[in-house]
Amino acid sequence: MITVRSLLDDAWYDRYLKICNLNIRSSIYDVTNACNLRCKGCFFFSSDEHLTGEEKDTAAWEAFVDAEKARGVNLAILIGGEPTLFLDRVEAFYRRLPSFCATNGLIKVPRDRFPDMMVGISLWGDGETERSLRGKDTFAVSSKNYAGDPDTYYLYTLTAQQLGRIEHMVRRIRDIGVKVHFQLLSNDEGADGFSWSPEQLRDVRSEMDDLLDRYPDTVISSRYYHEVLTTGTMLGRRFGWMECPSVSETHDFRNPQPRRLIRFRRWAADLKTTHRCCTSATRDCDTCKDGAAHMSWVMVNKRAHIRTARDLQNWIEVYEMFAKLYRFIPW
Amino acid sequence: MERRIAEILIQELKLENVTPDTFDVNTDLVKELGIDSMDLTTVVLVLQGEYKVKFDEDTYPSLTTVRAIADQIRQLQSTVS
Repeated sequence: MITVRSLLDDAWYDRYLKICNLNIRSSIYDVTNACNLRCKGCFFFSSDEHLTGEEKDTAAWEAFVDAEKARGVNLAILIGGEPTLFLDRVEAFYRRLPSFCATNGLIKVPRDRFPDMMVGISLWGDGETERSLRGKDTFAVSSKNYAGDPDTYYLYTLTAQQLGRIEHMVRRIRDIGVKVHFQLLSNDEGADGFSWSPEQLRDVRSEMDDLLDRYPDTVISSRYYHEVLTTGTMLGRRFGWMECPSVSETHDFRNPQPRRLIRFRRWAADLKTTHRCCTSATRDCDTCKDGAAHMSWVMVNKRAHIRTARDLQNWIEVYEMFAKLYRFIPW
Repeated sequence: MERRIAEILIQELKLENVTPDTFDVNTDLVKELGIDSMDLTTVVLVLQGEYKVKFDEDTYPSLTTVRAIADQIRQLQSTVS
């Protein structure tokens, strides 16, 4: 029988022991349906997920979070809409659960109120790309709001148009003392010039690998994550509806049941509706490039990686990456 | 009981190159076999049906070996009876 210990030397086994009992149980919450940007390719608006109602009573949010905690959730991932538009709701989570706040960075999370909440700032490219897709160079604002913040990272959504130009933004992020993590744009709205060709996926993988090697203190990532995300394959299996781990349990009637995130749900801002998955129900799962879904796909398939030392080390690196991004272990 | 629990683990988790007779009942299921909470949930469901007991989910983290699982089942059975 292959055991974890038989595959790992002392250093790797020590790393494994630090994460093997974390039992992260995340769910995602739309804090609001409102946003102060309208980005091309944003699944939230293109799929009409913003049309659910919105609970406005802060006490109702607090009771809801208490119920989520009792349901076993130990990581609240706050998205929207733009969560910082409603900091009282963000606080309802932060006071009760380990919380992560995704934001476009235009409004600064007040650190006297949220001293150690992990903040992930969405970034879609350099100034030109940002203006093209989001109508505004958000980095110009967010970099001032969050420079030197140890509990912040940029979630850099790469597009095919960024090929060869990613390093420029990585350097700028490094220079303000913040970390960066990559994911790929899924072109839900079919914006011209933003779909991926196989060659571009190969090239972006190579570019991400290179940046990880050259900026190890800034880039939070792993080569295996790059491989899985760009190829859509893991251990010879194809990512898709029948493999995705990030389907709300309330929508998951798949048979056979794949390995999945236990109790995962993505809640709408009305606190009654659950969305199908961590992205949009209109998205084609076969071409989904959601970074968290691919990370989670690796993470829930731990035992499948207990076959060679390299496979298990790959799994450890991806799990560590996730645990760092959500503050379960330090940078 | 330990042998049967090992057999269930092997069947449910499709463990290879091990039999109920060679399964070390003191092997740490998480640190050595890489079993995660989803695996454990799967196994617990089968065990609950087999032994007519109900595990408290708060006790899952203590179910680290076949021996610990067997001890827990015996304790639950004694509480029921």
